[in-house]
Amino acid sequence: MTNPLPESLRQIRDDFLELGQPDRLQLLLEFSNDLPDLPERYRDHPDLLERVEECQSPVYLFVEVDDDSRVHMYATAPAEAPTTRGFASILSHGLGGLTVDEVLAVPDDFPNTIGLSAAISPLRLRGMTALLGRTKRQVRLRTAA
Amino acid sequence: MAVAPDPSPRFAEYAHPERLVSTDWLEQNLGTPGLVVAESDEDVLLYETGHIPGAVKIDWHTDLNDPVTRDFIQGERFAAVLGAKGITRDTTVVIYGDKSNWWAAYTLWVFTLFGHEDVRLLDGGRDKWIAEGRALTTEAATPEAVEYPVIERDDTTARAFRDDVLAHLGNPLIDVRSPEEYSGSRTTAPAYPEEGALRAGHIPTAKSVPWARAAAEDGTFRPLDQLNGVYRDEAGLSDGDRVIAYCRIGERSGHTWFVLTHLLGLEGVRNYDGSWTEWGSAVRVPIVTGTEPGDLPA
Repeated sequence: MTNPLPESLRQIRDDFLELGQPDRLQLLLEFSNDLPDLPERYRDHPDLLERVEECQSPVYLFVEVDDDSRVHMYATAPAEAPTTRGFASILSHGLGGLTVDEVLAVPDDFPNTIGLSAAISPLRLRGMTALLGRTKRQVRLRTAA
Repeated sequence: MAVAPDPSPRFAEYAHPERLVSTDWLEQNLGTPGLVVAESDEDVLLYETGHIPGAVKIDWHTDLNDPVTRDFIQGERFAAVLGAKGITRDTTVVIYGDKSNWWAAYTLWVFTLFGHEDVRLLDGGRDKWIAEGRALTTEAATPEAVEYPVIERDDTTARAFRDDVLAHLGNPLIDVRSPEEYSGSRTTAPAYPEEGALRAGHIPTAKSVPWARAAAEDGTFRPLDQLNGVYRDEAGLSDGDRVIAYCRIGERSGHTWFVLTHLLGLEGVRNYDGSWTEWGSAVRVPIVTGTEPGDLPA
């Protein structure tokens, strides 16, 4: 409980919590529409992407750690899966640019703290928890000596 | 019946053809007085990304389930939800959704528990409507609120509870989950999150008939002779059987319930919505693992 939430994720959480339930879905939809495109270098290399098996829709993610130890997370999910896209977009925006240590310190239950559990079934939120877990795992892989 | 049924010859072979409408029929009948179109999806954001013009949204999670008790909403809440969506007791409701109407059929089944008489599915659902290039809008429908009566839910006819299933053992059971869930090699559908059932496998003697075998590639229901092949010839169901279908939480088996009840015409089919998330965690209920139905407990 002592892990401080990075400013980017705290802002996202606060934005959701300030809204009533229907508007939270609307904000999630905005995130969904705003999922960044996959960088050119991965578009032709689906083999580099990791399938997130826990998600109810085909979602793939890729994590980069740049020379300054900053994390960048990219994901793809189909337009027919806006909820999954929204989850991926929250994490892509919220984690992008954080340091390795900051990402690894993000509480694993972050997805349960942004006020979506009443609007979205708990099963679906677990997909976002899985996305976060797999992102951290890739960060560890890429920073292992 | 507020709106005349779809007369498509394609549906005539089913036991209750009035339970289906085609995309053509729906397009021609949009705006007909007495008709309300409702979208019910697995992905609860899909409606917001674009839906059939005038369609209201029914969220299986927030609209139909009690927020505290694991149960459906009661009559007062059902009346409020439907009334707010412009649905009266006499309204013809056409439901459609994603994933071959998986959740749409579940919603239709819940409507049935409340005895709503005229509720139909759009054959092929959301995907077929979109594949055919028909109109979509992101403008949320703003129906005029109407009165829907408070109806006591009937849980005895189309719904089964755990004790009903225990008493039913020896009669046909249909497990509509994936083969992996049936055999017990996993407790969740492939690519779905873990749902917390403590044991894996199936209810003894249940036959495995994954729900999607009733759906064609375009999401429409398969022709009657193919459905008969699957459910009567392979699974051994026949008229007069009392059947219970189950899955994980009752949504996929809602689809099978629709097929058995309205397309094949079996009577008294029940959906066990407690399904594997209850059975697989209940103390001392019998379970069989492996690919065979297994024997009744001694």
